[in-house]
Amino acid sequence: MEAIRKHKGLVCPLNRVNVDTDQIIPKQFLKRIERQGFGQFLFYHWRFDNDGNKRADFILNEPVYEQASILIAGDNFGCGSSREHAPWALLDYGFKVIIAPSFADIFYNNSMKNGILLVKLAEDQVEELLERAKNGRYALTVDLEEQTVKDEDGFNAAFDIDPYQKKLLLNGWDEISLTLQLEDKINAFEEKVKN
Amino acid sequence: MKPKTIVEKIWERHVVHEEQGKPNLLYIDLHLVHEVTSPQAFEGLRMNGRKVRRPDLTYATVDHNVPTKHRNVISDEVSKKQMTTLQQNCKEFGIPLADINHPDQGIVHVIGPQLGLTQPGKTIVCGDSHTSTHGAFGALAFGIGTSEVEHVLATQTIWQAKPKTMQVKVNGTLGLGVTAKDLILAIIAKFGVKVGTGYVMEYTGEAIRNLSMEERMTVCNMSIEAGARAGLISPDQTTYEFLKGKRYVPEGDAYLEAVEKWEEFATDEGAVYDRTIEIDAAEIEPQVTWGTNPSMGGPVSGQVPDPSHYEKQNDRAAIAQALDYMGLAPGTPIESITIDHVFIGSCTNARLSDLRAAAEVVKGRKVHSNVNAIVVPGSQSVKSAAEAEGLDKIFTEAGFEWRSAGCSMCLAMNDDVLMPGDRCASTSNRNFEGRQGNGARTHLVSPAMAAAAAIAGHFVDVRTFSNNPVFS
Ligand code: SF4
Repeated sequence: MEAIRKHKGLVCPLNRVNVDTDQIIPKQFLKRIERQGFGQFLFYHWRFDNDGNKRADFILNEPVYEQASILIAGDNFGCGSSREHAPWALLDYGFKVIIAPSFADIFYNNSMKNGILLVKLAEDQVEELLERAKNGRYALTVDLEEQTVKDEDGFNAAFDIDPYQKKLLLNGWDEISLTLQLEDKINAFEEKVKN
Repeated sequence: MKPKTIVEKIWERHVVHEEQGKPNLLYIDLHLVHEVTSPQAFEGLRMNGRKVRRPDLTYATVDHNVPTKHRNVISDEVSKKQMTTLQQNCKEFGIPLADINHPDQGIVHVIGPQLGLTQPGKTIVCGDSHTSTHGAFGALAFGIGTSEVEHVLATQTIWQAKPKTMQVKVNGTLGLGVTAKDLILAIIAKFGVKVGTGYVMEYTGEAIRNLSMEERMTVCNMSIEAGARAGLISPDQTTYEFLKGKRYVPEGDAYLEAVEKWEEFATDEGAVYDRTIEIDAAEIEPQVTWGTNPSMGGPVSGQVPDPSHYEKQNDRAAIAQALDYMGLAPGTPIESITIDHVFIGSCTNARLSDLRAAAEVVKGRKVHSNVNAIVVPGSQSVKSAAEAEGLDKIFTEAGFEWRSAGCSMCLAMNDDVLMPGDRCASTSNRNFEGRQGNGARTHLVSPAMAAAAAIAGHFVDVRTFSNNPVFS
């Protein structure tokens, strides 16, 4: 995965709560056996109508949000199915950071493992950001190293992140290689259980 | 010694490595695999020249994509590719596979328990959020993503921060005709879809102790719909009896030894939870959801809510949006909602006892002329057991279609897809927008309630459904 330290980008406000992974990427697109190419299916039924035309009323389709790389959403983002296709689709579409009051557990892990930075802010801070972003062309700078979210008009919020998750993201480490360095311990555990 | 919860006990026995400032490295006893969330994981192994560390602790099946009607006719090339990819991967990495024509094939969360692979005290993972089902046996079982699937395949371990524990105490007893499905739907309706985020839920209390293993699976299955990655129940006599004689459970003296070991995992008297929530079983009625997440539901005697009665702007917007999608007007009595489809199936409610409960209601009656109804057993072995009892006849004579095992219309990844606007009474676990087909409307119910709706053509309280042989 790619390392992430500091990201500055345009913001898209998605003012909905409990956005589930069935919405992020509907099941008919889970059949591919690759990791790439899921971005075109992101929020498919919200973005496109039954004939495959773009829905004008969906925020991602508004031209001002086209270049957005930071998504702001309501509470409990990513609930439901464990499909990692959801973060794959978000990343492939171009989102690097997602800000919400809370995230579902499995989605949180899946995203971090793919180098998407998930930022939890308080509900009123998220509301403030949704408000500021609602006319488009609103940029934020998210700094993982100092754990802050800032804009150019004085918004400045700190966020918490697990130190280990932070380290993985900052370095873009492959977790499996790290774990395999502990192979002796795994062997020893298996020996112990056998006896 | 300090009293401990089952979660703490299982956790302690599985820590492979601990280090300041890091999550724990936990050993995994059983890794279940299916065709949808695994291809990219196997590909990752190949790209890095890695092997599967413990194919003997790994077990695979095909369930999400499989056709349930004509078993070997897979019209969708991409689905077919995903299934053959799993075959090739299992062969290449030496993993046992219950393939499409195998008698053990079925929904991954139905076959684990049925084979006795699921046991108390185990750590179990699968690239599927309903892995929480296996918690019914007192196992710590949770869903993982594909990167984690790859990690477990390569190392048989997973990095996990120790979860907080939540006791879900269910006092009293469930009324006649009120099922485990109604119980879990009522819990989620009461406490919401994120109450369990960051926690493992342990279900306790009199009503839980009285549940059969299959009913416990229904409850634990939907823990994830309350936001908890895992939900479990301390093992007891019911658990040990169920496991006796299952294929992967030791026999004779070894079984007795296993039971002794399992007993140690049960939560100690006086153990402390990070949080406790409570509900009274006696108050619960049969449930029907009216919205687009599992907490948007209530008793069958109730009505579709009016968003304007809610204080918070967020709630009003969410409910209005759900009702718009569901095509329902505020104040509509639940019992007056007519349906087009009935789906009896899924890892929540497609085990033998579920099919029996539905058949009891259906027996000697006919499916309403406006309704298409299907029964999809949770596994091929549930299917044959049901056929041995003649349940298939009861269903087909009433006008249900009788299918082969798979996830089917629970997520509609195979051909069992609803059309936009179709309204379905479903025994599955998710009523999300588009879950059963783009634009399709899902109402979650128990098998008995689904059966009664199939006959009546609209929702009815199964407890008062005329001449009901079960509850009269
Ligand atoms: S039956 Fe439904 S919920 Fe269960 S594993 Fe299959 S798709 Fe998932």
